[in-house]
Amino acid sequence: MPALTVSRWSRVIVLFMAVSLVGAVVCLQFGSERIPLTEVTRILLDGGKGDAGESASGVNRSVIVLEVRLPRILLAFLVGASLAAVGVALQALLRNPLADPFILGVSSGAALGAILALQIGVGWAVAGFSPVQVFAFLGAGVTIITIYRVAVKNGQVPVHTLLLAGVIINAIFSALILFITSLADSTSAFRMFFWLMGNLTTLGYAGIGALAVSVAVGVGLLCGQARSLNVLALGEETARGLGLDVERVKRMIFFTSALVTGAVVAVSGLIGFVGMVIPHMLRMTLGADHRLLLPGAALVGGVSLMAADTAARSLLAPAELPVGVITALCGGPFFIYLLVRNRGAQIL
Amino acid sequence: MGPCYRLTDVSFRYIRDWVLRDFSLEVTAGEVLGLIGPNGAGKSSLLKLMAGFLRPDQGRVILHGEDLVTLPPRKVARQVAVVPQESHVQFPFTVTELVLMGRFSHQEGWGWDSPEDLHIARSAMQAMDILPVANRTFQELSGGERQRTMIARALAQQPGILLLDEPTAFLDINHQLEIYAILRDLNGNRGVTVVLVSHDLNLAGQYCDRLVLLREGRVFRVGPPDQVLTAEHIREVYGCDVLIDRHPEAGTPRITLPTPVHRNSRQPILFPSSLCPRSGVSPGEGGSR
Repeated sequence: MPALTVSRWSRVIVLFMAVSLVGAVVCLQFGSERIPLTEVTRILLDGGKGDAGESASGVNRSVIVLEVRLPRILLAFLVGASLAAVGVALQALLRNPLADPFILGVSSGAALGAILALQIGVGWAVAGFSPVQVFAFLGAGVTIITIYRVAVKNGQVPVHTLLLAGVIINAIFSALILFITSLADSTSAFRMFFWLMGNLTTLGYAGIGALAVSVAVGVGLLCGQARSLNVLALGEETARGLGLDVERVKRMIFFTSALVTGAVVAVSGLIGFVGMVIPHMLRMTLGADHRLLLPGAALVGGVSLMAADTAARSLLAPAELPVGVITALCGGPFFIYLLVRNRGAQIL
Repeated sequence: MGPCYRLTDVSFRYIRDWVLRDFSLEVTAGEVLGLIGPNGAGKSSLLKLMAGFLRPDQGRVILHGEDLVTLPPRKVARQVAVVPQESHVQFPFTVTELVLMGRFSHQEGWGWDSPEDLHIARSAMQAMDILPVANRTFQELSGGERQRTMIARALAQQPGILLLDEPTAFLDINHQLEIYAILRDLNGNRGVTVVLVSHDLNLAGQYCDRLVLLREGRVFRVGPPDQVLTAEHIREVYGCDVLIDRHPEAGTPRITLPTPVHRNSRQPILFPSSLCPRSGVSPGEGGSR
């Protein structure tokens, strides 16, 4: 692969953006009832003011598209984009291709927070976020600080300590989650189980707006470090030799990734696979340069989760599958196919 | 020319045992300096201290009059380039991408590689004879190509000082010669100071202006190859006898290992009988009894 040029970068990013946009419109068709593509487009274009007609269940179709499906699709996109981008960044930071957003233990902190909220039955909500989501984010925050305090030594954060701290925190919190689940009555135990599997329940537009801003800032910060990540991925000594302020960049990547993960897990639970497979997939097709890889993975991650969630909603409608089941069932075999296929052939 | 590096009473240890102890050395700008010594003498650690990868526990490493500890990495990288002993690249970066990363300290912010960056990277790849593999990933390269890629990246940094840890360890003789020719050229025509660690005493003696012979974390001898590479010094530091004559062309010391002499001609000393394979018994069967 010749060096990354502006034209190749724009070509790939524009293509992925177009795919995201078309993907979103296509996904809006599906749900418990199919709404034709032409009508979806019309509703989107006139903002629901036109006469959309009623669905079989007697609900206005523009309400279904704009109030039910669109927020959910936006949520799926944001969550998928964040998980994939954080996955790319953490794989580079930890120099471990098996890393994913959940490896640092932040996600289990968030899960513990959510489970606690479900068990205690907290009543209040903040700015469009449910108490479960608020507690989950608080749990993530406490965990981030804990892990950092454990791993930091003389102002340095050795990545293997970070990794080990993450794994241990994961184990401790998983035990606590199991403990709380065992105390819970069957109804709330089921809700806890459902939350842990990962799901994209509807979040209001206010919540989505807040999430979109934090995700944009977080992923933007990560993309801004793309060149540093390239160098960091070669190892810390090499990176330092090439002129990188290694500890500063490591801290920044850790806190940004952890906060984005915390925010995303708080609203969606543990949706696996996107954060590990998408980075791999994109690295195989686009190469390892993070300037292209990071934004590319974010867009593809967003589209993929959007598609997976649409499938989860409509395959057994009106029942809903946990979206994590879909991501694993589709992503796994596809990933194996990529592994088996002639490696290193870069397509775009 | 003045000193570009000044190390004063540097002591360093990883955990408990001192790797370098009260180590002092001056590197003159414009020289080719070779660091030699047995395994574990502290050569690589010394190079890493000079690169700023390690911090001395005592003493100071001064680069052009400034303490290395206080200098920002970017500023160091514009003056000093490092070629590590071994490189692992986890991700599928191509040769071009890796060499372009040598430009990191010269680039600002996110930006694209400038035409100048591309030109410099290309010349570095040309000098290292890796243009034919420019679009391969690091994993697809032979050991020699990998090493030359790392040297090309260091050249792309356009450093005034080049630190190399065993630059020719994985190379065939032709490429060994080429590397030393390029180092000599950089040194002679562009005034680049070269500090290299080498186990090849002959090449070190032939191409270096001065040699530092290390023993157990201290300077044992420092000076021109003629004075450092003597049979007595080598016996004292490495603990083995060698034959020394002259290089037929360069006139520098040439070291040859003598034929091993066995104390008892019937019983080779290298392997005790318990380590020798028994006749008629395959290794697999031997272990299962």
